[in-house]
This record gives sequence, C-alpha cells and structure tokens, in this order.
Amino acid sequence: MRISLFIPCFVDQLYPNVAWSVVSVLEGLGHEVIFPEGQSCCGQPPFNSGYWDEARSSARVTMKAFRDADVVVGPSGSCVTMIKIFYPDLFKGEPDELEARELAAKTHEFSSFLVNVLGVTDVGAKFAGKVTFHDGCHGLRELGIKSEPRALLAKVKGLELVEMCEAETCCGFGGTFAVKYAPISTAMDEVKCASILETGAETVVSNDSSCLMQIRGMLEKEKSTVRSLHLAEILASK
Amino acid sequence: MATQSADFQTLSRRYTADKGFRAFIQKGMSGYYKKRDQNKSNFQDWQGARDLAAEIKYEAVNHLDKYLLEFEEKITARGAKVFWAQNAEAARDYILKVAKENNVRSIIKSKTMTSEEIHLNDALEKQGFGVFESDLGEYIVQLRKEAPFHLVFPAMHLTRRQISDLFQKELGSEATDEPEKLTMIARDVMRQKYCEADMGISGTNFAVAETGMISITENEGNARLTTSLPRIHVALLGIEKVLPKLEDLSLFLPMLATAGAGQTMTCYNTMYAGPRQPGEPDGPEQMHIVLLDNRRTELLADAEQRDSLGCIRCGACLNVCPIFKNVGGYSYGTTYGGPIGSVITPHLRGLKDWKHLSAASSLCGACTEACPVKIDLHHHLLQNRRNGAKASPSAAEKVAFGGFSLMMGHPALYRFAVIFGRVFQPLQSLVNGTILDPLRAWTGSRKFPTLAPQSFHQQWKKDRGGKK
Repeated sequence: MRISLFIPCFVDQLYPNVAWSVVSVLEGLGHEVIFPEGQSCCGQPPFNSGYWDEARSSARVTMKAFRDADVVVGPSGSCVTMIKIFYPDLFKGEPDELEARELAAKTHEFSSFLVNVLGVTDVGAKFAGKVTFHDGCHGLRELGIKSEPRALLAKVKGLELVEMCEAETCCGFGGTFAVKYAPISTAMDEVKCASILETGAETVVSNDSSCLMQIRGMLEKEKSTVRSLHLAEILASK
Repeated sequence: MATQSADFQTLSRRYTADKGFRAFIQKGMSGYYKKRDQNKSNFQDWQGARDLAAEIKYEAVNHLDKYLLEFEEKITARGAKVFWAQNAEAARDYILKVAKENNVRSIIKSKTMTSEEIHLNDALEKQGFGVFESDLGEYIVQLRKEAPFHLVFPAMHLTRRQISDLFQKELGSEATDEPEKLTMIARDVMRQKYCEADMGISGTNFAVAETGMISITENEGNARLTTSLPRIHVALLGIEKVLPKLEDLSLFLPMLATAGAGQTMTCYNTMYAGPRQPGEPDGPEQMHIVLLDNRRTELLADAEQRDSLGCIRCGACLNVCPIFKNVGGYSYGTTYGGPIGSVITPHLRGLKDWKHLSAASSLCGACTEACPVKIDLHHHLLQNRRNGAKASPSAAEKVAFGGFSLMMGHPALYRFAVIFGRVFQPLQSLVNGTILDPLRAWTGSRKFPTLAPQSFHQQWKKDRGGKK
C-alpha cells in the first residue's frame, strides 16, 4: 500500500524520531511510505481557540498536501482528530467541504491503522521492560481508540504492560490551555504523573506526542527516572 | 479582562495550589465512581438507556410549546396556579407577592438550584422573611453563608470536623465527628422549622405533561415535609424540566439516581399534582408552579447547543471533570459549575463575561462521555470559543493566530520561523523558569522540550533525496 505520512508540526520540530519510527514500522510491513512536503500544521491551535477563519487557511494547506494521497496516516490521536472529526465541522457550508470530508475519510491514526486497516498486531518488535499506557483524550473519546495500542503492545516481546488507575484521565495539556491556565494544567499533570509513578513502570507510552510533551515535561522537571516514549518508538524497537 | 475572568484565574490558582483540598475532593469522588459503575451495570444497556433519554429530551425540548401547555392545563385543573416567569425578577416578585398576600412569616425550602439561579433567598430575606434550607448539605452551606459547592453535593468540600465546628458555633451543639450525630443535630432544628413554616419552596426534577405532575427525588425526606406541611407550596422549575409522559420517569428516575449519586434509586420519589383536594385530610391549601425562562429560550434558539436544555442536573459531568476536581465549585463563580455550567452560563448570563469558562478546558471529553442524556458538552465549549472569538476577538490572539496561519500557509515562512526558533531556544535557556522567561507559564512546572537539531522535513529531504 502507498501510505502518505501526516507528521504534526510539533513532531516535525521536536520529535523527528517518532516520525522515523512510523516510517520504519510501515516499511517493515512492506508498504511504501511517502511524505508530502507541503504539509505544515493541521490548524488545531487556532481552531481550538475559536479562530476558525485562521484555522481554515492552515487546514487548506494540509488538504492540498494530501489531495492525491490514497491513505493518510499520522502518529497523533489529537491531530488526526482535527482532520477526521473537526474538518467536516470547520468546512461545513464552505466550497471545499467535500474535500475536507474526503480527507477525513482516508486519514487514520497510526495504531488504529495498523490494527483496523492492515489487520496487524505483531510488528516483530522487542522491548524489554515494564511500561504503562496513557490514553490521549482525542484518540480515546473522539476516535474510540482503546484496545488497538494495547493489542500492539501485547505482541511486543519482553514488554510488560501495567495499567495505571488514571489511564483515561486527561494529562492537562489541551494545547493553548496548558499556558493560558497553567495552574490547572499543572494540577492535572500532577495527578497523571502520580498515577504513572504508582505503577512502578519504567516507561510511559502513549500514541500522542502532545500528551507526552506535557507528561515528560513534569517528569523531567521532577528528575524522575521514568522515560516516556511514543508507541511508534516502542514498535520500531528491535 | 473581564472581572469574572480575572476572578476565575485567581480562585483557580488558589484552589489548585491546595493539594490537601484537591486530594479531599478526589477521595470524595472515588466512592461515587464505584457506586455509579455498579448501578450502571444494573441497566440492561446503559448506552441504550442514554440514547433513549436523549431522544425523549430532544422531543420534549423541541416541543416545549406543546408539553408546557399540556402540563399547565392538567395541573391547573387540579387547582394549582401556574406562573410563567420570563426572568429572575419576575419569578422573585411573584413568590414575594404570594408570600405577602398570604401573610407568610416563615419559609422552608428543599433543594433547588433554580432558586440559587434567581437569588431567591436574598430577595426573601431582604423583605423580612425567615428562610430555612432543609436539605442537610444546603443547610450547612446556608449557615456558612456560602453558595452550594456542587449541584448535587452542596457541602462536599467540608470535613466532618468543619461541620461539627460550624454546628457548635451556630447551634451550640456538642462536638462530634459521627455523621449520624451531625444529622440528628440538624434534624432537631429542622423539625421545628417545618412546623413553623407557612410556605414551602421546592425545586422540581421533572414535570410530566401527560398527567400534570411534578416529580421530586431526594434522599432525606425533607422535600416531602417541605411540600406537604406548610399551607402553601411553591415549586420552581426551569421550562426545560418537562417530560412528555409519566412512563418516561421509569427511565429518568433511576438514571438520575445512578448518574447523580451512584444510587439505584433515591430514597424518596414523590409526584405532586396540585394542592389538597376536596375531601383530603392534609396537604397544602395552595400550590404555585413558577415556570422560569430566564434566557433558556435563547439557548433554545441556538440549534447547535439546544441539546444542553436536556440537562437533568445530575452533576455527572462535574464528577468526572478534571478541571472541576482540581479547581472546585467556587472558582467558577456561577450557579451551575463544571462543564454544563461552562456551556450554558454564557447563554444565560452573557458570552462576553463568561466565555473564559469555555476556554478553561483541555477539551478531554470526559463530561460528554458521562452525560446520561448525551449533551455534546465539550464540543459546545469549542462552539462557545468560536462564538466568543467572533463577537469580541482578543487583539493579541488575532495577531498571533493571523501570524500562525500565515506561517503555516507558506512553507518558506515556516522554515524561517523554525530557524528563528533554533536561535531563540539557547537564549531562552538562560532565563528558563525565571520572571524574564517568556515561556514561564509552561516552564514554571514543566521542562520545555528541546527542538531537534534538524526537523523531520529536513531529515527526510536529506535522507530520501527529495522523493515525494
């Protein structure tokens, strides 16, 4: 299959290794991966802040970049939600509504694509250690992704998954919310990190780098030894 | 910045800084979660029940003109008087008029958030009426001169010790931390108040159009006494409380108990259909129904968010909301706190002053998932943000997002900004976390991520040689 990569802007800038991990897993399964270079940002920051005109102009760049794609895969429940769930709302009544709907239909979050589209759970990964999984809210509640990452992790050799009590509780990131309401965002982060530490896991894994940025930010500030990795990085480990 | 928004910032900062308080609220909720989940499993199909409830509420809210008139006709036929109050002032004036015309001296109340919405106690007390809350939690916060902390659990923020101290100070009782003893202290006071009161004011959980009845659900039996002992009963309700049929209660009563308090059914469920009828030995001589609009019709006119009128005030969305659990009920500054309050308050009290509540959310969606009548709560927060930005855009945000979309729309600008970012980052590290740090809102509590030496864009181009 010819798969077009959708790499969220902050993954592009901060976590290129996550993007390469996705490439490695998909190519390892025998698929052709292409990266349309015209992409920048899906438009979620202005959209979430209420500036829908500004969001549309950013979203149009994304739509143009993936116009010829057969299938689009991105390693972020949140940014994929923006395309899959919110583009149809954002472009409702606009001349390019149909194009927005077409892109929504062919775009998939990475773990969901592997399990539900390709029908794969074992990608031949090996990772020794105890991990806990954080469900990003957008992936969980907008896209209904819960079992997919767990099915994938279950097949990773050497990996032990320990569930945390607050797996489904928001980490407190929420985009601009994290700085506009920093004390609340921090309090939520504290609840999340305490729940991670309670499991005794050495690594926290998620399918959303934005949540991991928030979680990692606090763990590192508190000098915790718990590492954080994107699901793709685990699946690309051999 | 609007005062309400600044107050929210101040209060939420204060409450989130209090880790003991946050742990106390969190602990209080953990018991609720367990009981709620047990009771959800008593439903053959909880998701199916939610679908049905949403459907019934959709029908009712979209045909208020029909069901409210049917309700009025039926309950009036049994001797109740129905007053249509367009706003809070009209509702207060009517209740005051009834009290004065009937030489009322003392008033007892059972739990009604709608009366909080119209600031009824203040208005009655200013006119010299004694007003006593009979719900234990409400009585406690009334003694403390506070508003309810939570829609359903008004005094959940207080420890037994605090309640005991309050009773010692206000009622002269002995110190105790046994809930039963504390309840008995309040009960002794309350029994006297029931006998003295000549007016009882209640809320309403549901109004049934088909039979012309109101349904009140409670755990303490105080609403029964409030509505039946005094010679006048006034029931206050928002116009959205109407249900088409009596059988709808067979769904909504257990649903409200489950979502609201983790109970199979609340202890007392009563239907009231008018004052004392000829030949009946007891019950109030007069029954007044106050139907309150107070800008609910504006919400009704908003097709996107009309479903929020389906709210049964169970509080389930507050109980799961990570914002509520960390900032508590008083930070909101509204009658209705938590997610539902953040959605409807801008409609009921003005978008400009209350839009910040919709921004104060990570949009996690736990509220929408919990809502028994399937109100699309977190998406309504997004719509409020959009409406707020359109009605009164923030100059700073307009510039920021204008620049953002310009940059994201032009790959060359994006690349330039990225280079700028890599120059900026080492400079920021010099002032990291200090007052000079422009990223301080983040770096105060979290380490800021480091930009990769090369973006994925650059690496891909190098590695795959411009292959598209």
